[in-house]
Parts: sequence; structure tokens; C-alpha cells
Amino acid sequence: MGNVPTTVKHCLSYRQIIEEYPWFRSWLQEEKEIVPTRVKIQLIDMLSTTGLSVIEATSFVSSKWVPQMADHADVVKGIQRVPHVRYPVLTPNIQGFQDAVAAGATEVAVFGSASETFSRRNINCSISESMLRFEEVISAAKDRQIPVRGYVSCALGCPHEGRIEPSQVAEVAKKLYEMGCYEISLGDTIGVGTPGSMFKLLQKVMNDVPISALAVHCHDTYGQALPNILTALQMGVSVVDSAVAGLGGCPYAQGSSGNVSTEDVLYMLHGMGIGTGVNLDKVIETGDFICNALGRRTNSKVAQARNRTL
Amino acid sequence: ALPQTVKIVEVGPRDGLQNEKTIVPTEAKINLINMLSESGLPVIEATSFVSPKWVPQMADQVEVMKGIRKKPGVSYPVLTPNLKGFQAAVSAGASEVAIFGAASELFSKKNINCSVEESLQRFEEVMKAAKEAAVPVRGYVSCVVGCPYEGQVAPEKVAHVAKRLYSMGCYEISLGDTIGVGTPGSMTKMLEAVTKEVPVSALAVHCHDTYGQALANILIALQMGISVVDSSVAGLGGCPYAQGASGNVATEDVVYMLHGLGIETGVDLSKLMDAGAFICRTINRKTSSKVAQATCKL
Repeated sequence: MGNVPTTVKHCLSYRQIIEEYPWFRSWLQEEKEIVPTRVKIQLIDMLSTTGLSVIEATSFVSSKWVPQMADHADVVKGIQRVPHVRYPVLTPNIQGFQDAVAAGATEVAVFGSASETFSRRNINCSISESMLRFEEVISAAKDRQIPVRGYVSCALGCPHEGRIEPSQVAEVAKKLYEMGCYEISLGDTIGVGTPGSMFKLLQKVMNDVPISALAVHCHDTYGQALPNILTALQMGVSVVDSAVAGLGGCPYAQGSSGNVSTEDVLYMLHGMGIGTGVNLDKVIETGDFICNALGRRTNSKVAQARNRTL
Repeated sequence: ALPQTVKIVEVGPRDGLQNEKTIVPTEAKINLINMLSESGLPVIEATSFVSPKWVPQMADQVEVMKGIRKKPGVSYPVLTPNLKGFQAAVSAGASEVAIFGAASELFSKKNINCSVEESLQRFEEVMKAAKEAAVPVRGYVSCVVGCPYEGQVAPEKVAHVAKRLYSMGCYEISLGDTIGVGTPGSMTKMLEAVTKEVPVSALAVHCHDTYGQALANILIALQMGISVVDSSVAGLGGCPYAQGASGNVATEDVVYMLHGLGIETGVDLSKLMDAGAFICRTINRKTSSKVAQATCKL
């Protein structure tokens, strides 16, 4: 695993700022009640004042599949865009991409899978069929100079297939990168990964995609997210996805946690002397806001501790 | 390189239950310890010989000690804050004890009513008696990366206390992040200072998960050569300094991580989860272990 202090310094010298992608879209998608558009907009506006540099705003999937994201155009049009903050949106196909651009989106994301079964069940097509769809999107995006981020889900395990080989992930990551995605986010969709499997995964993927173009998207379903992120940092990854208040459960383990909370990630990074440009107190405040609005408890341990310290 | 084997010190029955509000019946404590013994844990902290006036949860210390089924090869250390506690522990059949120091003066005063130096002198008495009785003693240092009263704690102070305990004869020193504020950053600095004074093979980490940092901190400790980890089944034991916040890291989550790293622990995770489920049912509490939460629901 390497000598810890050296690896941390390596992170600092190559990238002063760890970019955070609060996966606002993902957890909102899991919420059962439809969240009012103005609440979504207020959430994004609050996140925009925290110092976060990338905020995934919404998803241009068909509202038939994901009713929570039906107001995607209104959200994109309604948010107050802060300079130097990016607001990518998910675009699963060319239709979604065109709708996103019409609504004013300036960055998009495509979502592939390392697992055939997951791909078929989640987006109704095989991995290779999905790559064809993404190729269309990326081509159209290139024409408009719109950057595209690629996601690979089930990077450390699949709820249907179980074990996923690092080579399966590397293949999809490489394809997305070669097609033109500027960054590939590797997602531990069911949170089963550990520093052991994370290490093996990154070792393999790094052969095909430069480490500077990799991000990790860890779920905390088994409590492993922070050590997994730490492992990734030690291997040179400097982009981390997380969700404010850690909201968004795991759809594959009813009642279990899903996304890692941004507050807990920030606490760790700041404690390690890694710059993020993000104000933790403002993120906690934002988490309090959305939890109140949804009538939910925060999943962030940092927020819980701060709220309860005697 | 990471250690090939990690010894887990299970503190649930003592540190865990001590910080739970519900008084657990003696029968249930004994059953819990027996179940933990069956799961393969090599060390299980069974109870505490403090005055029941201070810690009512541990009032049945003698009955617990006499009632448990001691598995061969498993140690059952008990806390002994002073000579009187030590003598009571040995009469009750204890064959290993533990003493508890602090790296913070204010914490020591508020917690055990004396300065760090005074507490070390009390422990000398226990050490002497333990040596004569050939009873091994484990030393704890609390507040190693932060104190609820003093705030920051100097790594040198932690190293000083750890060294004193080790020189007095403690075979192992467990470094406790009492309020869970540590991060891989502060853990590294603290361990660098302590390992200058105490051999790494004699060190353990006792991380609290109050800020969600425990597993990351444990990972860093392993990378620095530590191979003994304290944890509590089901994450029993909240944080007395942050009402309602979590405290001890859950043994199930630690074991999941260690096994994922290919590190051996000797623990059967599913038997461990059975013990966790049992105690949570008994005290009507939700488990704090994410592994237990996830596994129940898939």
C-alpha cells in the first residue's frame, strides 16, 4: 500500500484541490416522495456557496423511468450558476442529451456498467449496446465542445452477478475514456468493496486510464467507503464523489445506507491536510436544510456529532 | 506491508455495555460473552472491577467472571482501576487485567479524579501485585488524538504516557481515540511519536467512530505496523461526550475490512453477527454495524 505520508504528499503536489462531486442526483433518485422543484433548486444553490466545484444537478432520463427527475429542465433553468462551478447532468442517450442542451446544460455524464446483468436490468441493454448509445452522445457533445464524464457502475461487485473482475471494469473504463470521456468515475454500487479489492481494481484500471482521469464513487453500505477512498488517494486518485448528508439509500439492500456523506469525506481530507476549497460548516448547514425538507435524519456522522456535542 | 494477522480485542461486554443506558441482566452478559467466544475472537474484555457506585452496569462483575464459559486459548481481561479492584478481580478468577491512563490532564481529573502522574502511581501498585501473581496487564491511553476538554493533545504527551505504562510492565498499550475526532492525518503524527518510545508490536488502536473515521484510522495504523485492533460488537457503546452520537467502531465492520484485505483474524463473521443480533435484541437497540444492517436486508 505504500508509505502513507509520501503518498499523501504526492496527492498534494499533483492536485491541490480534491474535487468533490456531491451526488445529489443519485440520492434524490432514491427518495420515494417527489421533492418539489424549488427545494431541489435551493439545495443546489446552497451547495454552490460551499466551495464545491462540481454539482451533479439532475438527470435527463425519461420521467416514465425516474419520476423524481421529471423536472430536469426546470431545475437546470432555475439554478443560480456560480462562476467556476460546474453542473453536469446525466444523459443516457441522444434524446436526453438534446433535451439537456436545450435546457442550458454545459456538461453531461453517461453511465455504463461493468456487469452485463446490471446493464440489462438497469438500462435495458447490453454493455456493448450502451456503448453505442454513449458514442452518439459523446459525438454530439464533441461537436458542441461539451465535456462528458463517464461512470462505471458495479466496479467492485454486482447485486446480480456477485464478483466483478477488475479486467471487466478496466475494459469499460478504457472504452469510455477512448471514446472521449474526460474522466471516469468508478462506482462501488453496492458498497461491498474493501481496501483490498479497491487496490486491485485501481492497479488494473490504471494500466488503461491515466490516474489523473479517474475518480472513485464509493458507497458506504458496509461502512467501507472512507477506507476505500483513503486507499484510492494513496494510489494517486484525486477526485472523489460523495453526497451531502449521505442521503440516498441502497436500492439493493432495503434500509441500508448508500452514498458516502460529503461531510465525512471532507472531515477526513481536511484532517489529512488535503485542500478541497470546501467549507465544511456550510456543507453541514446544507445537509441540515435538505434533511429538514425531507423529514429525514442525516447519514453523516460528522453532522450527527456536531449537532450533539455537549 | 500490512500484517498477515490481526488480533481483535473485543470490548463490547465492557466498554460497549458500560456506555449503554439499559442495564443488561447478568444472564444476558454471560450469554453474549459465550457467543463471542464461539465466534473465534481471541480476546474478550469481560467486565470492570470499578465500584458499582460509579458504574452500575458493571455491578455484577463477580457473577459475570464466574459465570462465563472460558474457551481455551481465549483471554478475558478485566478493568482494574486500583489495587482493590485488582484483588477482587483475581479472587473472581480473572487471569488478565487492564489499567486505564489518559494523555490529557483535564480528562484524567474529570474521569478518575486525579492527575495523570497520580494515576500512574496508583497503577504501579497494581503492576506490582500483578507481577507477583503473574497476571499480564494491558495499558490503555485515552484521548490520544483529542480531548473533550483540552481539545488538541500533543503526540509527545501520548508517547510519554504510553512509555510509562510500557516501562511499568504493561505487555500491550491500547491507544484510544476517545471522542473519535482523529483522522489519518492526526493518527499518523501520534503513531510516529509513540512508536519512537514503544515497539509497534506492543501497540493497539482503539478507534471511535463518532466522526465516521474509525476504519480509515485503523487502516492507517495497520499500514504503520499495528496488528492489534479494539472494537465492539454491533458498535455498542455510544459517545458520552456527544449525546446520541456513535462511539465504538463495530467489530463486524472491522472484520469485514480485514478479511477483504486478506488479513486473518480467526473470527467467523456470521457467528459474530449472531452475537451482535442477540445483544441488540436484548437491549432493544438497533445495531450500529453497517455490515450487520446490510446483510440482514439483502
